Amino acid sequence: MRTLAAGPRRWSLACLLVCFCLAGSTASATESLLQKQAPEIVLKDLNGKRVDLHAYRGKVVLLNFWATWCAPCQIEMPRFVAWQTEYRPRGLRIIGISMDDDPELARELYKRLRLNYPVMMGNEKVGEFYGGVLGLPVTFLIDSHGEVRAQFQGETDMNAMQEQLKALLLHP
Amino acid sequence: MNRLTLGSGMIAMLVTLASPIVFPQFAQPNVTSPPESAFSIPLAQLIQPEALNRMLQAGGAEKPLVLQVGSHILFAEAHPPGAEYAGPGSQPAGIQLLQNRVNALSRKKLIVLYCGCCPWNRCPNVGPAFAKLREMGFNSVKVLYLADNFGTNWVEKGYAVEKGR
Repeated sequence: MRTLAAGPRRWSLACLLVCFCLAGSTASATESLLQKQAPEIVLKDLNGKRVDLHAYRGKVVLLNFWATWCAPCQIEMPRFVAWQTEYRPRGLRIIGISMDDDPELARELYKRLRLNYPVMMGNEKVGEFYGGVLGLPVTFLIDSHGEVRAQFQGETDMNAMQEQLKALLLHP
Repeated sequence: MNRLTLGSGMIAMLVTLASPIVFPQFAQPNVTSPPESAFSIPLAQLIQPEALNRMLQAGGAEKPLVLQVGSHILFAEAHPPGAEYAGPGSQPAGIQLLQNRVNALSRKKLIVLYCGCCPWNRCPNVGPAFAKLREMGFNSVKVLYLADNFGTNWVEKGYAVEKGR
């Protein structure tokens, strides 16, 4: 009886928590893109293959801006590799954008960390489209309709990011 | 003998378990430590964003030479008015660019270095750039303290910016 009575309250609290997390993530980019359509990106990846963000509609996309000189980025990336393997069957697609000036440095790290997702070379235009990428790392979670549902900047609690990602994969 | 082996084993295990706590750098073995941390810069040499913005806005007075020693892409997105890109301080090629830029200047010239690529405690660029200028004899070098990054601590504060390379 007590369990039945507590159930809905727990569910409500859990739903509130998920909504709060998805809406109020640690965003501090110069212009928030939350609840807006993710700006279109068409670039070539490090292997020369064309990557069009629009083609990922129907999938949950984790879009990560990084660079080889960014220490917090390199803490995150092995987690992304694991998530891409674990959650790919549930519809996750990870895309990296290197903000390095020299693609060779990005290519070296790509190989060293054995990244299992496409990485494109970014530029100031892409940074501006995404609200001003003026510090790294920056990560966006984009739902299956192409809407930005969460964004993270700087050193981030990766367990919290994973929880938000899992919630989004449940309701893409 | 067996007790000795057991004891040594336990000590080794305790040291292994405690090492990430006692020596935090061991907790992140995949991350290369920057050659010189931003923490190596004396507090007296730091300048706060508000103070630099005021300095740049002031009319008449001689402006400092503001040099960004991090990412060229981030510089192109936004930088303080009049700032110049001087190469990433964490790389030898960047240090060479910086040296070339300032070589002919008076050693008394006020120079402000900044990066803002990452949180201050993670920035690999400002420490080596600052050390280089001091080594060259510059005695009026300040480093812009950006706790989080250039976006959060400068652009979002509403301070003046320019775009372009």
